[in-house]
Amino acid sequence: MRRLSVLFSLMAALVVTGCSSQSEEVNVYSARKEALIKPLLDRFTSETGITVNLITGSADALVERMKAEGEHSPADVLITTDAGRLYRAQQEGQLATTESDTLAEQVPEALRDPEGHWYGLSVRARVVVYAPDRVDPSELSTYEALADEKWDDRICIRSSDNIYNQSLTASLIAHNGEADTEQWAEGLVSNMARDPVGGDRDQIKALAAGECDIAVVNTYYLGMMQGGDDADAREIAEQVAVFWPNQDGRGAHINISGAGVATNAPNPDNARQLIEFLVNDESQQWYAETNYEYPVRADVPVSDLLQEWGEFKQDDLPLIKLGELNADAVKLMDRAGWK
Amino acid sequence: MFSSPALRSLVLLLLALALATPVLVVAGSWLAGASPNWGHLSSTVLPSYLRHSLFLALFTGTGTLLIGVAAAWAVSRFRFPGRRVLEWALLLPLACPAYLIAYTWTGMLASEGALQQALPLPLPDIRSPAGAGLMLTLVLYPYVYLMTRAAFVSQSAVALEVARTLGAGPWRRFFRVALPLARPAIIAGLALVLMETLADYGTVAYFGVPTLSTGIYRTWFGLGDAMAAAQLAGVLLLAMVVLLTLERRARKERRISVASARAAAPLPLGRGPGLLLAAALWLPVLLGFILPALQLLVWSLPRWRDLAEPGFLGLLGTSLLIALCTALAATGLGLLLIWARRLRGDRPRRLAAGLAGFGYAVPGTVLAVGVVLVLASLDRGLNDLLASVGLPEPGLLFSGTLFAVVFACTVRFLTIPIQGLDAGLQNLSPNLDNAARSLGTASLPMLRRVHLPLLRVPLATSALLVFVDTLKELPAALVLRPFNTNTLAVRAFELASDERLADAALPALTILLAGVAPVILLTRSIRNPHQESPHADH
Repeated sequence: MRRLSVLFSLMAALVVTGCSSQSEEVNVYSARKEALIKPLLDRFTSETGITVNLITGSADALVERMKAEGEHSPADVLITTDAGRLYRAQQEGQLATTESDTLAEQVPEALRDPEGHWYGLSVRARVVVYAPDRVDPSELSTYEALADEKWDDRICIRSSDNIYNQSLTASLIAHNGEADTEQWAEGLVSNMARDPVGGDRDQIKALAAGECDIAVVNTYYLGMMQGGDDADAREIAEQVAVFWPNQDGRGAHINISGAGVATNAPNPDNARQLIEFLVNDESQQWYAETNYEYPVRADVPVSDLLQEWGEFKQDDLPLIKLGELNADAVKLMDRAGWK
Repeated sequence: MFSSPALRSLVLLLLALALATPVLVVAGSWLAGASPNWGHLSSTVLPSYLRHSLFLALFTGTGTLLIGVAAAWAVSRFRFPGRRVLEWALLLPLACPAYLIAYTWTGMLASEGALQQALPLPLPDIRSPAGAGLMLTLVLYPYVYLMTRAAFVSQSAVALEVARTLGAGPWRRFFRVALPLARPAIIAGLALVLMETLADYGTVAYFGVPTLSTGIYRTWFGLGDAMAAAQLAGVLLLAMVVLLTLERRARKERRISVASARAAAPLPLGRGPGLLLAAALWLPVLLGFILPALQLLVWSLPRWRDLAEPGFLGLLGTSLLIALCTALAATGLGLLLIWARRLRGDRPRRLAAGLAGFGYAVPGTVLAVGVVLVLASLDRGLNDLLASVGLPEPGLLFSGTLFAVVFACTVRFLTIPIQGLDAGLQNLSPNLDNAARSLGTASLPMLRRVHLPLLRVPLATSALLVFVDTLKELPAALVLRPFNTNTLAVRAFELASDERLADAALPALTILLAGVAPVILLTRSIRNPHQESPHADH
């Protein structure tokens, strides 16, 4: 019994310390992993004196939590790693509009909500990677061409459960319409070298191992392999090359990680201040580089590794479209038999 | 006011209802009618979801039964080299989260991995439906092993000896006597395996196997249709209700109680068969724990300095605290519900014990959201109430604190003590209760002096399982954490799900090691009394 009461007082102590901070603070619900954001939040605290409280988790679950907590929700800032989730949070009424000259100036128009519900913080591109010994880059052109018969049994791509494939398909629906995109998805499925398994890194590994000749991945996975300290991964990453699709047309498909201020935010001013901090020169560089992503600001230099892949043209489709069309994209992929 | 047993039944039922609300919220989604997306789902992906879930349930169910029961029988009935180590070593895979072993084996079998480099033949791709079944079997068979061994150990020697004097050979004694007697325990273990298999997300998602649980996430997050997702989860629940009801029916027809008067002494095996048996038993331990742990060790060696990072011990402490609280809460509540039903098996109490155990059959995140919905509305009610009488609002007392995490884990794992203690209590003859009562013993002293001592093994087993499960399964409660609270499982899961296996290795290895200590400790308490007396070893 005594041990039980010790336990409960321990728990109570934890609870109390969790609630008792009275100083200036800002509460962050983040779908971006702790390791990729915490150091920056610490720097924000040391510069402004505002304490940052952090919870990480899946974006969908965090939004459900905000909804359930309602007006008592402590959430000030929501950070997600794709535009679709920001759009959904906005649709659920969980994001407030934020007016900020800094943000309007720094974040390009296509990378933020027109009404200011959310702002992009970094850009990730979904590209084609290929094995230079088996594929000549001149054979590659667009996402649309991946459905071409010449790629029969030669493509590696992960499951359609993944949000990045859902966003890519949504962008194709936005550009080409639903009927064409469904035909494209069917063609892509029949060109797959194997049933979709694993994540983007696994597609790169399969490509290097010769299971397929091209793969569709987000660039930062290749970056992590190339720049990380795992020698095997570095060696694999050396064997593949990046191709930027649709450069003669609309540009490569991109997505963002981004942030918005919560509707019921108890500290909206601090929240705005934090998001503004995340787009300043220094933060942009760190935020993008740590995860091998691109800054949202064109004037912020990218790392040497990213420079090796060359400059590329971005699809300037307003990202809000990706959110609007996500459900249609999923159903379309279901029908096309994309596992 | 609680003097009437009927009133107490009602209170128990209310308690069970409170524990089941997060699950009922999910099941209740059917009340609003079918989601408009059902037509799309059933004409495209639903058949494939059902087929793969069924396949996994059959594969994992058969695999865990074979390994678990055979291993339990071997270590409790025979003496062979290394048996004492194997007794607890067989439990080690329990400490390994399924998603982690899936990532680790994929890494080991990869074409650039050490194993493939050493072998001339190409290794099969583990990332297939059968591969997923194998991964789940390797980490889940300990449930069956643990429960079954507890039953074998507490089986009376008399029944087996009677069978022997009647001329039954060793195989016949196993199939006709020992196995039927251990049936409640075996089924209890199997039910846990099946629930965990059907609710698994990490392994099947990584291996690209479309099951009901990946379908739930896809429908919810991809289609943005929380209702259809909850309804899919409802289908999963229904499958479990049917399964458990069928089993209860079947069991009722043949209820046998054997009080553990004297356990059978293990038979010595010859040198050859003994070594062979030992080798066979080491195999699941090797595949399910030793090899993955070694691989994780290799991955984490370059990063051992992270151990000295100030936050690392904090992660461990929070993990242990949550696991301990959950183990105590779940075991206590499970005991209360099951024991109350034994005292008086009226309808409310039977319903209470049945209701409280379904949290395990729901995928973690779905349950967590159910918990958020329930606790947050409780918080809102409390805040509004206090505000209306002019008191200061306390904020999110339930949903914003560690209480939410412990509550969610308790709801999720409550079925473990319920299954385990139910099986344990059924082995105790009702005559025990009658004898105690005729000596004038009231219910509570009877619990303390008769039932609890006899339930020592299932109690310890349940607490151990909940502890280890909470330690490794925390992603389920990821979303319920208070601010700035982190655990090993969260850290490992975040990194592993980002395919940063090398970074995830250190926290993952720490989870494994933190799970090993209670496994070893508790195996000691489940020893056959014969093994503890010194002369039995000679």
